[in-house]
Amino acid sequence: MIVAVGMAIAVALVIVVDALSAGVRDAQREALASVYGVGTDLTVTGAQAEPGEGSGMPQFDFGEDAGSTDEDGTTTLSQSRLMPDIARGTLEASTVDAAAGIDGVVAAVGALSLTNMTFDGELPSPPSGADESARPEPAEGDAGGPAAGGFGGGSFGIDSFSVLGIDAAAATQSAGPLSSTAVEQGRGLGSADAGQRVAALDASYASSEGLSVGDTIEVGSEEFSVIGVLSSTSSTADTAADVYIPLDVAQELSGLGEAVSTVYVQAAAADAIGDVRSALEEALPDAAVRSQSELASTVSSSLSGASALITTLGTWLSVIVLVVAVALAVLFTMSGISRRTRELGTLKAIGWSNRRIVGQVTSESVVQAVIGGVGGVAIGLVGAAVVALIAPTISAESPAQPVGGMRAGRGSRARTRSVRSCFRRTPPS
Amino acid sequence: MAGGAAEPRRGPAGGGVMDATQSRSAAPLYRLTGVTKSFAGRRGGVQGLAGIDLEIDHGDFVAIQGPTGGGKSTLLQLLGALDTPTSGEVEFEGASVAHASPGALAKIRAAEIGIVFQAFNLIPTLTAAENVDMGLEPLRLTRSERDGRVHDALTRVGLAERASHRPGELSGGQQQRVAIARAIAKRPRVLLADEPTGNLDEAMRDDILAVLDALHAEGLTLIVVTHDSAVARRARRRLRLEAGTVSEIGL
Repeated sequence: MIVAVGMAIAVALVIVVDALSAGVRDAQREALASVYGVGTDLTVTGAQAEPGEGSGMPQFDFGEDAGSTDEDGTTTLSQSRLMPDIARGTLEASTVDAAAGIDGVVAAVGALSLTNMTFDGELPSPPSGADESARPEPAEGDAGGPAAGGFGGGSFGIDSFSVLGIDAAAATQSAGPLSSTAVEQGRGLGSADAGQRVAALDASYASSEGLSVGDTIEVGSEEFSVIGVLSSTSSTADTAADVYIPLDVAQELSGLGEAVSTVYVQAAAADAIGDVRSALEEALPDAAVRSQSELASTVSSSLSGASALITTLGTWLSVIVLVVAVALAVLFTMSGISRRTRELGTLKAIGWSNRRIVGQVTSESVVQAVIGGVGGVAIGLVGAAVVALIAPTISAESPAQPVGGMRAGRGSRARTRSVRSCFRRTPPS
Repeated sequence: MAGGAAEPRRGPAGGGVMDATQSRSAAPLYRLTGVTKSFAGRRGGVQGLAGIDLEIDHGDFVAIQGPTGGGKSTLLQLLGALDTPTSGEVEFEGASVAHASPGALAKIRAAEIGIVFQAFNLIPTLTAAENVDMGLEPLRLTRSERDGRVHDALTRVGLAERASHRPGELSGGQQQRVAIARAIAKRPRVLLADEPTGNLDEAMRDDILAVLDALHAEGLTLIVVTHDSAVARRARRRLRLEAGTVSEIGL
């Protein structure tokens, strides 16, 4: 009985751990779908920029006539800028065609990942009588308080949201970030939208900002018409960005020219992914080619924690539980035989052969193991169902990408309010 | 040599304990010649039996007495084909079993020898009928034959109506009667009993003795190890085993 119970518990634990592992893998796949695209097998991105490279810290440049100054000398400023991720390199647009031309590639879709940052606030007038040329440069982040040289008292905020430039002609393809979205209102981007100032919004972003189809949104200091609201087809994942705009417009406003930040590649078959990957790495030596599992390893938050827990602790837990169960089964069986010495001796005395007695004990052990196994499967299935019932929601966040001292990334809700950030104000001449 | 003086008796044809298909040879049931048995111990070897010469005839009723450690149980194990001697010869129905294989000894135990223990040694999770049936398992009989033998054996010990009771639901005397039924269901040539009344009160002891007397009257050979003088008095022969040697006690 004890052996059967022990076996049942061991089998149940293995099933639960296995179910947990499979569940996390599925959840991981689901959570990554928006970041990655449901049909996407590989992503090609620009090589990570070395520290000190890239476009540098984002800057807001206000000209002499920027903003308006009221009677007490306070200047009100507002500016919106569209910036690439400074830590990420970009790829030439021809990379998309190069990837699409590789054998085994069904679809290749390019996208440009950007961040829109809006500066909005008031700055006080400089101290009267101060020597303009001798005025010290404002220290970073000090604008809100008394600053060196007596300049201070300003109040401003920086708002940001993620923008993804999508090849409008390929927006409906099976690969790419829009493949895991559904149109909730209006329509999605289409071929006719190329070059147009139109945008599709993520549903949760639209909700939080109170935007809907027909409204306008300022992206890169230009007005865009909201033509649709998109939501993720996954209940546990966000869409890839807050705002989707045509790729050519994104390239124009960001000043990057014919560039993309990511190429989403779909292979013809699962077993062709390895060959496609090799061909991509060979054809694009400067780009980084990643599969979904590699992407998962770079994703932070509970997703990677759960994944690591399952792949390491889960595996070892299964092994340990099985070893302990087998050891306990052996010990309990030996103990049981010791307790049954008189009974087994009696069987021998009344004519049972040694082989028959061993067979009897073995068959009893097998029956116990079967009972334990079947019971364990039942308990394990119940346990897996309980885990599914109380399973925590896991989320995905792309790796930290410092932009002007903030973090913003695809799929993240990295939005900040009234952040005192580094900036440079062009002093009035 | 402690020779057998008893006249072999035959049981009633067909319905007795003796299997009707079994035939008796002219040789004694047991013949032991120069039998020794030693056991290895941490302080050197222990001599269990020190040269036993003994013959036991068919139908005999032999009581073996003696002090604890005198070798009674060791002798019973050799007679029950549970062990083999260190030296000497043990013949069962004229055939040597001193050097028989474990498989051959198991066959002898399964078909020819019934054994009853002081502590009954019933399997507590089985009913009386199932315990009796366990003794028939090695004989490869048909189900109906086994059921018939089980019912017959329980009837002979007066427990047919308690066939479905488990040992915990029976008194000590009833449990010992179930053990006797298990031993005789196979219709053996000899019944070996190790202190069969050792755990019983006087009334129960008399019940068991009545059963043993009836079996002996039907021609079954009985060999009983006992400290109980009431049991010993029922025997046709009384042997004393002390310090590994056997001697006849006059009746």
